[in-house]
Amino acid sequence: MISANLAAIFYLVSGILFILALRGLSSPDTSRQGNYFGIAGMIIAIVVTFLSIGNFSTSLVYVVIFLVIGGAIGAFIAFKIPMTAMPELVAGFHSLVGLAAVFVAIAAFLNPAAFNLGIVGDIKLASLIEMSIGAAVGAITFSGSIIAFLKLRGIMSGAPITFNGQHILNLILGIGIFVLIFYLCKTQSTNIFWTVIIISFLVGVLLIIPIGGADMPVVISMLNSYSGWAAAGIGFTLENTALIITGALVGSSGAILSYIMCKAMNRSFVSVILGGFGADNSADDKKEKKDQKPVKSGNAEDAAFLMKNASSVIIVPGYGMAVAQAQHALREMVDKLKKNDIKVTYAIHPVAGRMPGHMNVLLAEANVPYDEVFELEDINNDFANSDVAFVIGANDVTNPVAKTDPKSPIFGMPVLDVEKCKSVLFVKRSLSPGYAGIDNELFYKDNTLMLFADAKKMTEDIVKNLD
Amino acid sequence: MEIDPFIFRLSIFILSIFIGYYVVWSVTPSLHTPLMSVTNAISSVIIVGAIIAALAGTSESIFNTSSIFGFIAIILAAINIFGGFLVTQRMLQMYKKKKDKKK
Repeated sequence: MISANLAAIFYLVSGILFILALRGLSSPDTSRQGNYFGIAGMIIAIVVTFLSIGNFSTSLVYVVIFLVIGGAIGAFIAFKIPMTAMPELVAGFHSLVGLAAVFVAIAAFLNPAAFNLGIVGDIKLASLIEMSIGAAVGAITFSGSIIAFLKLRGIMSGAPITFNGQHILNLILGIGIFVLIFYLCKTQSTNIFWTVIIISFLVGVLLIIPIGGADMPVVISMLNSYSGWAAAGIGFTLENTALIITGALVGSSGAILSYIMCKAMNRSFVSVILGGFGADNSADDKKEKKDQKPVKSGNAEDAAFLMKNASSVIIVPGYGMAVAQAQHALREMVDKLKKNDIKVTYAIHPVAGRMPGHMNVLLAEANVPYDEVFELEDINNDFANSDVAFVIGANDVTNPVAKTDPKSPIFGMPVLDVEKCKSVLFVKRSLSPGYAGIDNELFYKDNTLMLFADAKKMTEDIVKNLD
Repeated sequence: MEIDPFIFRLSIFILSIFIGYYVVWSVTPSLHTPLMSVTNAISSVIIVGAIIAALAGTSESIFNTSSIFGFIAIILAAINIFGGFLVTQRMLQMYKKKKDKKK
């Protein structure tokens, strides 16, 4: 048994270790060490909690058993999950944090004495506010992440679900939560507490269903942020520094990522939340009109020939590469090109894929050294001096319309200047528009050669033709 | 007049938001996915609350309504802690420089 003051100091230490864990991620070299700091912080927090309770009764055995069960499940998932499934894994994990926050809040509400918060029916006012906010945010995180998970996994359609009065309903429910918390503080009623949680679950669902598949990078970052605020809310209830620090870190981390993602799409955070983007109601008529335009299409042989005679190639990967699992074949192709003394680099748009950094992880998985992979602003000037741009599975992030047509829905979005390359190879299954529902002008340029095929199959065919 | 301890916690909270702000901006964009998985793992420090709730049962009734929620929360948080840190580790192992690659 250790004193509360000593425990608080240890919790501070574990909070600092968590800060160092995030700090480590500023470069891949220090990142692994950072992860160990994080693990150390977690071990300290858990051990100190056991020591400060000092109640080594039979309950402890069960705590350890449940800890081991959860740990085994987590470890199993971590080793089995394919890298292409990272977005849904992260969404799934967020839902667990949210639900854990809800359960801790419920436990504290039912048995406040265990947390020194007063007695049932007479919980301290501040604690009651903190735990109900923690529970509400946790519940929103949980149900929102479940919807995001289902959409990313493809169990639920990625198309936005909207209905009339949706935003007004959300607003009413949101205000309702605050009103109920107010009455909860006055009456300490258990029923109101449950109602707050149930409404929050509903709000989580309603918040995420109108958001389209391509806005998922923003959604995941946003839910990441929510899970942090939920943890912080519980941290205030438990008067625990480690939780407060962590909650604030995670909350601001998710908020920054959401901001970066929104900026990369030139959309305001509010318009993403209001959703509806990616609905292809206006897209159909536009598409038919443009179908007449001539398109040059080629095969793997043409592509291989073009690249063999180039001196520099820039690869532009997108979500399609992840879907087709083409990263390993791509890496093989690049190895062949490099043997012929062709300079190859990768250009990554911030919103390529379904979560921040998605493409980088997939390329890293395929053993692409990270110093060959560049972000948009670092490589965009190089397109003009390069011979071939190889666009694989990306679409809207290369669309020159974003620079030229103020009427386009993606106008102003930063795009990769792919069209400045001498020639562009565009691997795509069909001419269909991307998530924004708009046609890509790049398809019809003279220097574009369309390669209609599955990304993985096409890349493999090119590899064969490079010999 | 004495300062309410809540104010101290609020100060910690707000300062931590600022720390988070500056630290996260310095994270390189290529590591944004590991950033999400590691923040996910550390936010599971909420397990601290779950352990307190679970251990609050008396020796006659280890499983009362409150502690059962604690026990379930322990499982959920433990999945996240182990899953989050391990998957982060697995990802970070893959980030290699050109020089390291001698296979």
